[in-house]
Formats: sequence, C-alpha cells, structure tokens
Amino acid sequence: MDTAALALSLKLAWWTVLLLLPFSILVSRALAFRRFAGRGFVEALIALPLVLPPTVLGYYLLVMFGGDSLPGRVFEALAGRSLVFTFEGLLLASILFNLPFAIQPMQRAFEGIGPDLREAAWVSGLSGWQTFLRIELPLAWPGVLSALVLTVAHTLGEFGVVLMVGGNIPGETRTLSIAIYDRVQAFDDAAAATMSALLLAFSFLAIGLVHLLTRRIGSRHG
Amino acid sequence: MADAVHSGLSVRFRQALPIPLDAAIECGPGEMLALVGPSGSGKSTILRMIAGLNVPSQGRAACNGDLWLDTAAGVCLPPQARSAGLVFQHYALFPHLSARGNVEAALGHLPKADRGRRARELLALVHLEGMEERRPGALSGGQQQRVALARALAREPKVLLLDEPFSAVDQVTRRKLQWEVAQLRRALEIPIVLVTHDLDEAAALADVMCILHRGETLQAGPPMEILNRPASALVARLADLRNVYEGRVEGHDPERDMTRIRWRGYTLEARRNDRYTPGARVSWVIPPAGVILHRRDRPSAGERENPVRGVIGECVVLGENASITVLVDGQPDTRLGFTVPAHVARRNGLERGGPVVVSLLADGVHLMAWEAAEPS
Repeated sequence: MDTAALALSLKLAWWTVLLLLPFSILVSRALAFRRFAGRGFVEALIALPLVLPPTVLGYYLLVMFGGDSLPGRVFEALAGRSLVFTFEGLLLASILFNLPFAIQPMQRAFEGIGPDLREAAWVSGLSGWQTFLRIELPLAWPGVLSALVLTVAHTLGEFGVVLMVGGNIPGETRTLSIAIYDRVQAFDDAAAATMSALLLAFSFLAIGLVHLLTRRIGSRHG
Repeated sequence: MADAVHSGLSVRFRQALPIPLDAAIECGPGEMLALVGPSGSGKSTILRMIAGLNVPSQGRAACNGDLWLDTAAGVCLPPQARSAGLVFQHYALFPHLSARGNVEAALGHLPKADRGRRARELLALVHLEGMEERRPGALSGGQQQRVALARALAREPKVLLLDEPFSAVDQVTRRKLQWEVAQLRRALEIPIVLVTHDLDEAAALADVMCILHRGETLQAGPPMEILNRPASALVARLADLRNVYEGRVEGHDPERDMTRIRWRGYTLEARRNDRYTPGARVSWVIPPAGVILHRRDRPSAGERENPVRGVIGECVVLGENASITVLVDGQPDTRLGFTVPAHVARRNGLERGGPVVVSLLADGVHLMAWEAAEPS
C-alpha cells in the first residue's frame, strides 16, 4: 500500500473540489436559468471530457502546458517552473476532466427549481444573493452533493490524463491509480490488490450516495 | 406631474412584442379591481408587469406616489423594491420551508427577533393556527393558498396582486376562500388587483371590473355597469352577455326620454341615447334581468313595454332557477335568454316549443356602436 500515493490522491481531490465546486455552481446556475447565445456550445464543451479519450485530453494539455505555448510560458514566468509533471499541472488537468461531473448534476438540480419559486422570492423582497442562499441552494443541495461525490470519486480514479500530464513522480504526481499500475508492473500483487479494493469500496459508496441523493431530488419535487 | 401624488395604483403598459399590450389600470386604496378576459388576453402578464417580473417596452407604473416604472425616464425598479404582494396561480411556496418559514422569508424588513411573532400573526389572520410548522407538501390546496396570501401580505405591500388565486382548488374551498378574501379586504387599505377568467367571481368580489381583450383594456367600471351597459358589442360578448342584436335607430322621443329602434319588425323603446342618429345601425344588448315573462293567466300592465313574441327553445332547470331560451318569432337564429325561478317556470307550464310573450324593459335596452356579429 502506497500511503504517499493515497495522500496525494486525497490532496488532489481536495484542491479540485475546492476550486471546481464554486466555479461549477456559478456555471451550472447560469446554464439552468439563463438563455444566451452559444449556450448549447458551452454545454457541449463541458460534456466533452465524458467522451474524449483521456490520452487525447492529456496530449492537448501537455501541448498547452509546454514551454512553447502561451499559458505554459505565462506559468513558467510566474512560478519559475513548468506545469508539466507537476502537482499544479495535474490539478489543472483534474479540474478540466471533472467539469462534466461537477456541472451536470448541479445543472439538473437548478433546472428542477420552478421559475415561479425564484420570482416568488424576489417579490417577497429577497435579493438575488438571498434568493440563491435561502431558496436555490437548499433546493439544489442534493445536486451539489452529487457533484462533490462524483468529482472526488473521479479524481481518485482518473488514470490516462494523469499519466500523460503528470507522469509517475512519487509525492508529486503519482496518484493512487498510477500507483496500482506501477505495483502491477513490479509484480507486487498484494499492494495492488489492497489499493484496488480501497478504490472499489470507495467508488461503490460514492455511487450509492449519488443514487440516494438523486432520489431525494425526485421526491422533493414530486 | 399631476398623478405623482395620486393615491392607489396607476399603470399604463404598451408593447407590440412578445404579446401585444395596450392596457391602462387605475385602482384606488381599498378597492378591488378584477382583470377579466379569456385565456391569452394578457391578464397575468399585466400582473407580472406591475410586480416587476416582466417589463413592457413602453409604460409607466406608480403606486401611492412611488414611481415604479417609467420607460420614458428610464426608471424600472426591480421586484424587490416595488413592495407588491403577489399570490401566484400555483402559489409558488418554498417547498423546503415550513408555513412559518415561507412567511418569514418575506419579513426581511423586520428585525430578526420579531419575524417569528409576525409570521404567526399573519398565519392566524388566514386561519392557519397550529399549521405553522408544516411544510407546503403537508398542506391541502386551500391551506397552501392561505400561506401564499399570508406571505404576500407579510411585506406590508402597497398593492396586493392575486393571479387566478381560486382556480387550483375545489368548488367548496373556492367559495370559502372567496368569502375569506372578501372579509380580509375590509381590513386592507391598499389596492387589490385580481386576475380571473371567472365573470361571476369578478362580479361578486370586485368593485371595479376591467375587461381585457388581446392585451387591450376595453372597459373598466363597476361590475353592474359593465354587465348592464357594456361599451361595445365586443365587451358584451366577453362579459358573456348573450342577448346582443343589431337594429336601426328610428328616432328620439325627448318627452319620454326614449330612443326608438327598429328590430325584426318590432319597434322597441330604449333608454335615450343621442349619440346615434335616426337611421344609424346599432348593436344593442339587454341583460337577462331586463327580460320579463308575461304570465298567461294574469296579464299585467308591463305587457305594453316592448312586447316580443316567440317560442321556447330551451328550458333548463339548474337548481333553483330555470334558464329559458326564447326563439324570437320562432326563428332559431334569434335567441333571447333569461332566467326565472324554477317554480315560476313550472307554474306557467313553460316547455319546449310552447308559445311565450316577454317584455324587454326599455331601461334595460342598451345601445352600442354597430359591430358585425362575430360567429360564436
């Protein structure tokens, strides 16, 4: 059992959730409540990581992070090092491939709130912020929690993209999934089995939780 | 501006799209105005525009001297700043909050410590004592409607807006709620605008009825005035007045304060109306209450007043009243409707195909500008 890899995976999940969730709440809310030009395009873009091969996403991220590209150079100028094969690069990749898992459940949840509820809140004198905090968020929280669980589970499990942009550096980019692969390659079946069982149990719990929450949304609006 | 100090609600909305509107409404403090029209006539849109949920391309709205909207001056207050209490058609209660929580949500103007007490008072006002902690899902339709009403009143609004508030409950609950609203409004010194497609409801509850057709306010006035003296044949049709006909003015009789019209071989006397010159084509209407049945056994003095002959087309007893349709001169295309108490219909032996003579009270015959009859 590679505890450093587990710690890194958890650290990555933590930072991903911390940065991705607030951003996803804003985006999913906008997608649910606003009608704007290019909305379908944005939705397709967000869904893209669901079908894009991880290696393809990883390849483009590598190109983007590289010293020849503008984002890569900007980061290098600011941080003094490259994004490739670093935790920061991995985090950025993690945020991108988690977009659909974070945004879609929340968008469904916000869409489930009838427009007259928000209007009733405004007419009752609640500001946009108060409406968000006291009406929208409490009604959409099962969706927010689903997004959180899915994001964490997916971050722990992602392999292809991590390998492409992070490589396999212990303590920096070697996550649990990479460690499993690494152990299998080294014929260390016992360690691979422990870590696999851990991810299996966690994934099962995560899916169970999401199902429970989805049912809650259904019953609340039923 | 003269109407800047005008008390009550005063609005004027105009727009071509997305639905055409040309509406003007005045509603004084303590007055209830019913906005009546068929579905799609723009009733709810006007209500939403008063509340600030929709914005017309041109318009002005002021309440008790506060300017809420003036497109010409670039003024458009958001719903939060308008202080309008709105009861939504399907109530739009917050499902995750208790009845008390729903009301408290609209008590943001009070210090936190006072909100619970005030919410209880409001819920007591709408007879929901003991239900404070229930969520909307655990309340009946009528109870939900009361929570919605309490929430709408919580802001101490300057105007109360009711969007078809009685349409989603059963008949018995509707009657009860209507009665309660009629009671409640005595205590409210604010304008109340009620949107409804139910003419009886409007006539029973409202001080002023405003007839809306394709986004245009055609006539506003006391319900009896609209039902007895509609401004046009269109208003008459929208007010469900069925006795609308065409005739020609014969002449005026200043001595008896009458106008004579020619209709289907009859010369009828009508309330004097100098607006139409002799020879002019007019539409005219008589409310059901202006039609008097002649008794067979005992002719009365009223028989000389605009007697009209016909045969009975239909006689339908609905509860205590009988709804009679007379085919004038036996013609199936000229129908005259009125109601009599059921026992009168029975005693007079009224039945389909039987001959009948009625009088049209001259004071009830109301002349309007001629308008081609719309196929109904």
